[in-house]
Amino acid sequence: MPKLVEQQQLCDNRWQVLDDQQPIPPSHYLLPLARWLAAREIAADGAPFGVIIDGDQPLEELAPTLAELPLIAIHFAKFADGRGFSTARLLRGRYGYRGELRACGDIFRDQLFFLQRCGFDSFELPDEADQSWLQSLHDFTVSYQAAAR
Amino acid sequence: MYQYNARDHQLVRERVQQFRGQTERYLAGKLSDEQFLPLRLQNGLYVQRLAPMLRIAIPYGLLSSRQLRKLADITRRYDKGYAHFTTRQNLQLNWPQLECVPDILAELAEVEMHAVQTSGNCIRNVTSDQFAGVATDEVEDPRPWCELLRQWSTLHPEFAFLPRKFKIAVNGSQADRAAFLFHDVGVELVRNSAGETRCNIYAGGGLGRTPVIAELVRRELEPQHLLTYLDALLRVYNSHGNRANKYKARIKILVKAWGVERFATAVEDEWQFAKGGENTLTSASIEAMKAHFTLPDYRQPNADAEQQLQQQAASELAFARWLERNSHSHKQPGYRAVTLSLKPTGVAPGDVTDRQLEAIAQLADDYSFGEVRATHNQNVVLADVRIEQLYALWQAAKAAGFATPTVGTLTDMICCPGGDFCSLANAKSIPVAESLQRRFDDIDYLYDLGDLELNISGCMNACGHHHVGQIGILGVDKKGEEWYQIQIGGSAGKDAALAKVLGPAFSRDQVADTVANLLSVYTDNRIDGESFLETYRRIGLDPFKERVYAQAS
Repeated sequence: MPKLVEQQQLCDNRWQVLDDQQPIPPSHYLLPLARWLAAREIAADGAPFGVIIDGDQPLEELAPTLAELPLIAIHFAKFADGRGFSTARLLRGRYGYRGELRACGDIFRDQLFFLQRCGFDSFELPDEADQSWLQSLHDFTVSYQAAAR
Repeated sequence: MYQYNARDHQLVRERVQQFRGQTERYLAGKLSDEQFLPLRLQNGLYVQRLAPMLRIAIPYGLLSSRQLRKLADITRRYDKGYAHFTTRQNLQLNWPQLECVPDILAELAEVEMHAVQTSGNCIRNVTSDQFAGVATDEVEDPRPWCELLRQWSTLHPEFAFLPRKFKIAVNGSQADRAAFLFHDVGVELVRNSAGETRCNIYAGGGLGRTPVIAELVRRELEPQHLLTYLDALLRVYNSHGNRANKYKARIKILVKAWGVERFATAVEDEWQFAKGGENTLTSASIEAMKAHFTLPDYRQPNADAEQQLQQQAASELAFARWLERNSHSHKQPGYRAVTLSLKPTGVAPGDVTDRQLEAIAQLADDYSFGEVRATHNQNVVLADVRIEQLYALWQAAKAAGFATPTVGTLTDMICCPGGDFCSLANAKSIPVAESLQRRFDDIDYLYDLGDLELNISGCMNACGHHHVGQIGILGVDKKGEEWYQIQIGGSAGKDAALAKVLGPAFSRDQVADTVANLLSVYTDNRIDGESFLETYRRIGLDPFKERVYAQAS
């Protein structure tokens, strides 16, 4: 089963990514951006949910809705495509997003430290991830740059 | 020079630990080739034609004698007893074992060195002027700014997976010895009308397949904002640079596609949100960094020192030649900077043996406060030599093979490792360099030609800077055979220009004759002490082309 790192703990990933039509479950689901923008009243029922965007998604449309969003998942199409790192910094810095930020898609262990520094606080990992992956969140105890938050 | 504090030591140690773990996982099959690739590259490790290659960072070219001795020791124990100074002020080992690289990095960490980000699609080693801090035309010492940039860029979490590599150069002098207009970002330190330090930021320069001269994106940036401004600039590039085609992924392509105004506006817009943030420099942090680069303990020269030097030069022609070509004027009365030439005939330009590294360390200790600088021309500079000691230094340098008196002339060429080592190369470059050194071994002729940059690259990736040579030679592959395209008229200085190709390529044994023909066009046409470049700019490409191809056909 795919794994999730939340609050630096490894757990099973019970979140579901919805397409544009699938019925909305009671909780723990990720909506595509367009569906979210079309149906923001979803937020009113208080159940855990989030929006999933690609690493290269421009943020102008999403920005006015950030205060209503408990979770944004940024999808990495390929691990070498680092746009998601900047998207996270933009959300945390320029747009002042305070909710949960999750990295998902093609990411691997050795990127966790940098992802965390860019403002991600949860990570979707592949099936084979084990406890040892968590060590990579602590690869460095010192840094030269300011972190995202 | 900069001394590591506890945080710096901690960081490089943790980096070694991290890479040791990654290497172990790779060797155990737990990390794929594809995943290991960016991790090893960001630690300077390539897989080359014959063996791995490890590129060690020499931040803005500064090295201590202690570091040189450690490098000598490493080349002896982990390699074949020699190393190679690169055109970006770094040092390469050609024969390390992959399994040993973590140990090599651990040893480097002991002497405040590393291989962080010497390759990969990230911010590379910051380069600068080899005469930083001692140049007579210096406006502002670039070294503290380079170190601030080194720290900011080291393990920058946002920019480890950029569209492509990213190179920054800093220049603080009137002349440009850092080729800053040919970098992804060039920082030019200037003074404003009130005499305060400011940074002109140029972006989108580079060599490679598509050579471009950088354009000014921000005039007179207040230096406390240097890092936040570059955060914004890199963020724009990271978000918008081309990721579909690696040959169109450098920032120069984005700046060209958008136009410099649109690019500058996008950066400015992004910067409004980054400005004043935590990466803003304070005057205290700037002053603290400058305190690492204070003047050495200079001595007053003896009253007759200059006179004595002139006498020594007058009585020994070989010394006079060396003094003219290999020593350079200095801010401090009674001192000169000296270039130790790594370009003797028959040795690959930039190559040094373990013993030579130790000899350089000794010369640094004996004559220049224990420090040296690697240059992008692949030589080594002793920056602070008392003029009373120049003669003794010349003799010592001669004995160690570093006194070839050709610095800045035709045979002091820049040359990449080429097809002898590099898996990217289309053709060999070292044998071409050697054939030119053998052909042009008449020192009076070389001096008569004056300052002349000849640069050789073994492929269009242009590590040998052929686009900016007054004469540039590019190795090309034609149906499996090695050919050489020759171009002329390039300049890496503030009068930056890209060389123009003469025409069809030449075989390797035609190269020296062709260069001879080019030089004869110059000497036939020059007036009033014109340089090769000045003559070319006056008479244009055609006369060169005509003679070269008339002779060839």
